[in-house]
Amino acid sequence: MADVLVGVVVFPGSNCDHDTEYAVASFEGVRPVMLWHNEHDLKGAQAIILPGGFSYGDYLRAGSIARFSPIMQEVIEFARKGFPVLGICNGFQVLLESGLLEGALSRNRDKKFLCCQTNIRPVNCSTMFTSLYNETDVLTIPIAHGEGNYFAPSEAIESLEEHNQIVFKYTDEAGEITGEANPNGSLNNIAGIINRQGNVLGLMPHPERASERLLGSLDGRPLFESLFRHIVEA
Amino acid sequence: MPYTAKIKVTLRQSILDVQGKAVEHALNNLGYGTVESARIGKYIEVTINEQELLQAERIANEISQKLLSNPVMENYSFELEHVK
Repeated sequence: MADVLVGVVVFPGSNCDHDTEYAVASFEGVRPVMLWHNEHDLKGAQAIILPGGFSYGDYLRAGSIARFSPIMQEVIEFARKGFPVLGICNGFQVLLESGLLEGALSRNRDKKFLCCQTNIRPVNCSTMFTSLYNETDVLTIPIAHGEGNYFAPSEAIESLEEHNQIVFKYTDEAGEITGEANPNGSLNNIAGIINRQGNVLGLMPHPERASERLLGSLDGRPLFESLFRHIVEA
Repeated sequence: MPYTAKIKVTLRQSILDVQGKAVEHALNNLGYGTVESARIGKYIEVTINEQELLQAERIANEISQKLLSNPVMENYSFELEHVK
């Protein structure tokens, strides 16, 4: 059987593109393909990952300029057709700026750039990205961002809740969703959301940095594996 | 004659402005006890090569909505002036 092809978009200023490529390549039967921001060709990719970093230097707002890059026009089209798109950290910011996901990310509540392990819980395991998790799992996955404070108007939050679109929440070590466990001030401890259709996921934590024992956690692997299995079985 | 659009982008009141808060505290620490708040925004100057005011206004609005501000958390306003 041919390998599953996963496109990893490279913007000027992306810095988790190779980490993501490395993590993707560690799965059997899956091959990463790098996609440069100036291209219009998704090279046959069956899923797209927008990696972390500082696309276009985060000028103006994080993700705002990347959203208008040539490759993003194809990614937006690809997502609208229902194919899987995953945005990690800066990739999440790009998805919000693109309008593929709802809301915005502003500066962290405590002004600091945060680079640390966090606990998160997959609160919706019925998505193509989380089917191999259990809702009681408490995952250890790092964050590294200055602008991860998720915000959306209250009607939008209600609608996200109602349609089960909140996928990851920050928790304490016991899996409790508490104010103290919220690293950046995100509304309702939101760490990741999915679109209504269920094919576009954005999250601030970095699953690719929790995909090898040496890195201290393997908790990011089931996310990739859920997605790759979904593609194979589709 | 082209126009200069002087565009201001500010965070909505409901959004916590952590930069502004830091500046506010610094000013208080400097002894300016009557400074009650500080909010930080962006100022962007764009030259638009249009002859008609209405046309320049339309473009200023469009670029502010599309790229220069994020309507989820920011407001914008602008003034148009003839380039001298």
